[in-house]
Parts: sequence; C-alpha cells; structure tokens
Amino acid sequence: MKFSLSMTAAVLAFAASAASAQTTAITGATVHTVGPEGTLENATVVIENGQIAEIGTGIQVPAGAKLIDASGKIITPGLFSAMGQLGLSEVGAVSGTNDAVQRGDDFSAGFDVADAYNRRSVVIPISRIDGITRALIAPRAGRPDEQGNSSRVLSGLASVVQLGDSGNYLTRHGVAVVANLGETGSAVAAGSRAAAIQQLRAALADALDYRRNKAAYERGDWREYSVSTADLEALISVVEGERSMIFNANRASDIEVVIKLASEFSLSAIIIGGAEAWMLANELAAAKVSVIIDGTANLPGNFDRINARLETGGILAAAGVRVAFGAGAQTHQARNITQSAGNAVANGMDWDAALEAITLAPAEMYGVDREVGSLEPGKSADLIIWGADPLELTSYPEQVFIQGESIPMESRQTLLRDRYLQTDTVKPPAFRH
Amino acid sequence: MKILRIAVLPLSLLFLLTACEQGADSDGAAPWSSRYTPLPSEATILQGATVLTGTGERLDNADVVMDGGKIIAVGPGLDAGSMTVVDTSGMWITPGVIDVHSHLGVYPSPQVSAHSDGNEATAPNTAEVWAEHSVWPQDPGFVAALAGGVTSMQILPGSANLFGGRGVTLKNVPGQSVQEMMFPGAPHGLKMACGENPKRVYGSRGTSPSTRMGNVAGYRSAWIAADDYRKKLAAAEKGRGEAPLRDLQLETLAGVLDGEILVHNHCYRADEMAVMIDIAKEFGYKITAFHHAVEAYKVADMLRENGICAAIWADWYGFKMEAFDGIRENAAILDRAGTCTVMHSDSAIGIQRLNQESAKVIGAAAKVGIDIAPERAVRWFTSNAAKALGIDDVTGSLEPGKMADVTVWSGNPFSVYAKAERVYIDGALVYDRQNPDVNPVTDFSLGTSALHGGAQ
Repeated sequence: MKFSLSMTAAVLAFAASAASAQTTAITGATVHTVGPEGTLENATVVIENGQIAEIGTGIQVPAGAKLIDASGKIITPGLFSAMGQLGLSEVGAVSGTNDAVQRGDDFSAGFDVADAYNRRSVVIPISRIDGITRALIAPRAGRPDEQGNSSRVLSGLASVVQLGDSGNYLTRHGVAVVANLGETGSAVAAGSRAAAIQQLRAALADALDYRRNKAAYERGDWREYSVSTADLEALISVVEGERSMIFNANRASDIEVVIKLASEFSLSAIIIGGAEAWMLANELAAAKVSVIIDGTANLPGNFDRINARLETGGILAAAGVRVAFGAGAQTHQARNITQSAGNAVANGMDWDAALEAITLAPAEMYGVDREVGSLEPGKSADLIIWGADPLELTSYPEQVFIQGESIPMESRQTLLRDRYLQTDTVKPPAFRH
Repeated sequence: MKILRIAVLPLSLLFLLTACEQGADSDGAAPWSSRYTPLPSEATILQGATVLTGTGERLDNADVVMDGGKIIAVGPGLDAGSMTVVDTSGMWITPGVIDVHSHLGVYPSPQVSAHSDGNEATAPNTAEVWAEHSVWPQDPGFVAALAGGVTSMQILPGSANLFGGRGVTLKNVPGQSVQEMMFPGAPHGLKMACGENPKRVYGSRGTSPSTRMGNVAGYRSAWIAADDYRKKLAAAEKGRGEAPLRDLQLETLAGVLDGEILVHNHCYRADEMAVMIDIAKEFGYKITAFHHAVEAYKVADMLRENGICAAIWADWYGFKMEAFDGIRENAAILDRAGTCTVMHSDSAIGIQRLNQESAKVIGAAAKVGIDIAPERAVRWFTSNAAKALGIDDVTGSLEPGKMADVTVWSGNPFSVYAKAERVYIDGALVYDRQNPDVNPVTDFSLGTSALHGGAQ
C-alpha cells in the first residue's frame, strides 16, 4: 500500500514538475497577498518557473498560459509551520521513527536534524493538503533515555524545509539554534532554571571568545570551552545575529531573561511557548523579540504558565510583536495552525495579523521572507486556493501549490477515507484500492 | 451480610439501603451519593435564537423557556409572561455540551505529580478504585470548560490498566467537594483499556500483560471471578452457603454484569473492538462505548449492530501505532452508518471546544459529498453523549421536562469565531461572558489571569 502511494505521488510529482515549466494564471479570486498590496479583489496571479511573476487586477494573462478560474475563491500564501518535527517523527511513540531528540554528550548546539528529514513521511502529504507548504524542522529536548542520558539546554540546529516532492527540500539550512529555559531547561540542567541560564550564557560567551581566538584555540594554545567545537561553530552565527536563537520559555521571568540575553549578546531572539508573553508585550516589541504561541492554550499546564490566556496573540500583535502560531499545533497537527489563528481572532486578534502569523511572520523570523511568506512578484509560488475563510474550521484548501507545482491533494488519510467510504462490496476492504 | 445482599440490587437502592442501615448524614444524603443542589434560578425566556434541539431539529427564530430548573417549552413566539427575558437574536442555542471522556480533577492543571491522580497503575485490574475519590474540585479546567459551554462530563480513570476503575459523571458546577458536583442518579462507568497502554505499562515491568493476548486473558479471568462472586452472593441470598467477603474490585465488575455500571472501553483498533465484543458476549455484559475509537470508521456497521457508541476525536492520529490510521472523516462515516457517534476530548484544552472539533469533521465530510447539518452534528456532543452516559432521559436535548442545561452561543457554534455567551445548568445562569464578575473562579485561579478559563 505504501509502495503504491509513493509510486502514485512520484508519478504525479513528475507530471507536476513537467507542467511547472509552463505559465499558469489563476484568475478571479480574492487574494490576500500578506504583502504591500494587501488584499486584492478579482485579481490574477501569474506563475512562471515556480515563482510569482505578476499579481494584481487588470493583468493581461500571458498567451499560452494554463488558466485556472478561481472566481469566488480565496487565495492566500502557503502556510508556514513555525515549529515542529515534520519529517522527523513518523509515529510519536515508535522511537525508531523519531530523530529530533539528541541525548548524551556528543552534540548540543551543533546537533543538526536536517539530514534526518524524511520528505517521504506520510505526515508530509497529510500536512500539505491542508495548506502547510513550509516548515521549521527543529530538534527538541526529551526525557532521559533508559541509560539516563539526558538532553541538553541547547537542543541543536533547526532548518526550514519546503513540503513539495521535487527540488532541494531545504529552503534554508541551520536558521536557528534551539535553547531550553523554564521547567524544561531546569529538567536538563541540574534541576534549576538558573543552571540552564548559566550554561547558556557560558556557551554564548565561549562562542564570542572562540570567534576572536579561533586560531589560538585550534593550535591548542587557548583555554577549554564549555561546549564542543561543533557547538561553537553553530553558535558563532548566533552571536553574529545571522542565525536566530529560539528559546523555550513561558514564565514571564524567563521571558525577561530572554530579553536580557538578546540585548547582552545581540541575539535575534524568538520565544516558543510564550504563555505569559502578553505581560511583557511592550518590552518584547522594543527588544524585537518574536513569539510563537498556541492560540488555544489558556490553562496553567504547569507553574510556568499560570497566567496563560486566549488573548495573548491579539495583545502581542497590537503591541507590535511579531507573532506566529506553532506552540501547540505542531508536526502531525501542524495543519491546525489555522484553528489556533482562528481562536486568536475570536479573542481579539486582527484577522489579517492572524493570517500573517501563519505565513509571513515565521518566514521573517527565519530569514526566508525574500523567498516565501507573502504573494509578491519574485517570491516562490507557494499558494492555496480556498473555497471559504481559511481560518474557519469547515474550510479546507481546494488546491495547494508549492514552488509553482500543483501538488496531488492526496494522503494516506484520503486513501483510508476513500477505501472506507465504500460500502457496496462483498469482499473485505483489502480489495478496494 | 446485609451489605452483601444489597450488592446485587440496583445502585440507587444500594444507596438508600446503605443510608438506612448506616445512618444518613445530617443533610440526609447517603455515603457516596450526590450532594448536588442546583444554583438559584429564575423563570427565563431566551428569545429569537437559532435553536439546535439535540434531537436532530433546527428551529429558526425560536425561544427557549426555562423554569424550576427544567425546560418548559421550545419554539417560535412563546409567551414571555413575567419571566426574565434574554434577547438572543442572532445567537444560537444548543443543549449544554457533554463530554464523555474527561480527566479534569484527576489530572488537573497544573499537571504536577502531587495532583496526578488518574491512573492507579499498580496492577492491571484496579476495578476497585473510583475516579470520584481523586477529583480535585479546584481544577481551573472546570471553569475553562464551562466557558466552552460544557454542562456535564464524565471523569474517568486513565488507561494504564485493563480495568482502570469507576468513572463518575459530574455537573460542571463549582463544588467544595466532588459530591457537590455529582450528577444525581447518573450510573457509574467502568473504564477498561485495550491495546498498547496496559501491555506497555505492565510488560515493561516484566509482568502480565505484555501482549494483546495477555490483555485478553486478563479481562476474561477477571470476568470469571466476577461471575463466581455474583453466583456466591446469589446463593447466600437464598440461604445456600456463606456469602463471600465484600470485595470492591469484584463488586464493580458484578455491577457491570448486573447492567448497573456502563462499560467505557478505551480501544483504538477495529480488530480489537471485535475482540472486546466477543468478550462481552462470552460474559453477558454490554459495552456502552468505545473511547478513542480511531478506527471505528472501519467497523461502523458492527458497532451499530451491537448498540455501541463510538466516542472519538476529530483528527488525532499518529502519536502512537494504534492511532496511525486516524482520519478526520471518522465521525462522518460513523454518523452516516447510523452508529451512535460521540465527540469526546480526553483533554483539558479540547473539552473547551468540542463544537470546533465537530466543525472540522463537517468540513472534511463536505469534501467527499457527505452533508452534515448543524442540527445533526450537535448530537455528537449533546444527546449522543448523554446516551453514552445513561443520562439521556434527563438531559442532552432541549425538550420539555428535561434539565435546563443550555448553552447560548454568540453565533453558529461550528464557526471558529463563535463563543459560549451564556451557560445554564438546571436553569441557573452559571456563566455569562458579558458579565465576568458573576462567573465562578476556582481558589487556584485567584490572582491570575486564568480567572475565567483564561478568557477575559
């Protein structure tokens, strides 16, 4: 079954790839560009060579272009899963299919999950037919294994991938290093969040020192560092501000630490979790710290999240903080970032800000907004045709394009669905395919 | 002797007899019975709403009249008399939301080990434990669920064991004790669990069960013991032989065999459901509902023919092997087959939006040409849920004479933008979004922003 699915996907991908050389024009839709053009009514989107060539109203459709009539439909940029383990986790409780947690002493900041990414994971089609076109794939902290090997304060390097079938799956390699504060940090750092912060600060200071004294260190003519060379290499671009640091943090006091560290080390900082971030909305905006939240998390799941509330997205966005959704809806449920965004709107967030939070905002956070995130000429043609409001629960994509390719709207789940929708057979379901 | 005799009587009688024999409280309530008293209410008419009755009907521009804690009338243009009038034009009204699968209070927020009281994972059969003895009424999750329109829920033990213990159905009202929340007259549930969890928990300790066949041997051995216990009790009743010592574990299982306790069976895979049905046939008991029935869509007809409800999530899949085949059309396929379909949460977050979970199914079903009207889908978290809990004769639909458990929504509850505006339990306004000062706040939430379920 799996074999036939991947074969089907491969054949369709080949067909789509061949088609992408031609020009496609999608006409008549309401287009939410999430770019400077804002929302365009009855607009035309022209796709050429996998990119958006033109977008606007009153555009001449190029001769010979393949036409798609999207009158009465809605078009948005492809959705961006801002955090998760897509392609790194097939079945949550089957350890051999999970590659995002590194334990022991070999790596921390330098642990790079990009090579473990499985673009043929069944979770990829399931996610992209619901609109996910790009995703951050990130390492994370986990429980100690049976030998007692623990994960670390620094989980490793995260990358951005595209969910299409063809081309290089990596959009950008090593966009961020993941760090753990709060209860998670405490659990992996000798039982105190203070220890986690100290380890983090030492590693960042080491990276600065290593950057200045690399030659002496390589000669063996310099002091020892708290982390490995691979980690120092990963952290250099963090302290240079070229690579973000993602902090797992929920408690307001931990968020204050992030703001302090960002200033101290000139970091491009992103917070994941951010349950109490609304209490520091203005400070986060001033420090240009972005926040990835869960639009439905309103309970004190632990003491780090005592003041969790549903209005967080609206409060942060109104204060000028860059917000994304992806703290709850991740990996297998990355597709539910629309529900997360919709709930934030129901609790005060501006609709356009919520759409930006699942498209452009994560692209900006990870420095790939020149390529994706909004519908603008020159950007990759990642887009979705919807029948209705994309944040509504009853609304699903009618067609998804990744890099200009119309992807097959099929997944292992649609195959199961179609098999069991049939009832008029005398043979067992195994014969329906 | 007397206690042993009553163990084979219906539970309601058991409580009465126990009360007579052991002496009732000063408030007249027997041990372990409900001390729930409805909050003060007034005769109220909700006017001009779109009403989904829970019986499959939709009434536009209709009124709902409540008095004395009961639904009095539902329909267009009802006489307001001297009642309190609430303008609900533009709003939607449904029966109060009912969740058949919650761990609020037994796995409360915050999830600290000191409050982790949902799994007595010390032996594969702990039918003797009762979830109500673990419920912490100050769990902020209860109020958050209220803000999601939830009026009743069953609190279940976890799924570590083959027999996890008894579940309890609560009214979602603030109580100083669990007894003040207990749904009057609701039968107990028995939590059973198939599959990965029991075999993993005990297999990893090198004890049985470590396989699915070990699971099944465990269920069957327990039912043999329960059957024997019942027979000895019945014989002693007739003066034949000594009655056995009262056994809490066997008493629960005997309660199932007597039809007094409803079986709520955590079971993901279709083939395991078929096995569990044969066990039920072998020992003469009924399975009321399969919970987390991720593969129920594969055996929708079998469940309908056996009168078993499927309690499910909208879209959970992939977190473990037995959840690998989850599809979003599960509820749609079950409902189309005429199987009792129930949307459940198993989550303190999910319980707040069972309407939203159902909406995801409606949209997925529409893609394959299955049209599910709101008045049909609403049954999944109202009347069908009430049926699975054995309380459908008194709640779960908006029909005269039933408890006035009612949720007023700001709009179509299957929209992501809709919120519960007002929640009535037994006719009492327990939650009013526009008037947060009168809404309940748990002790734990005082001084935090999670006062009203994190929505302000």
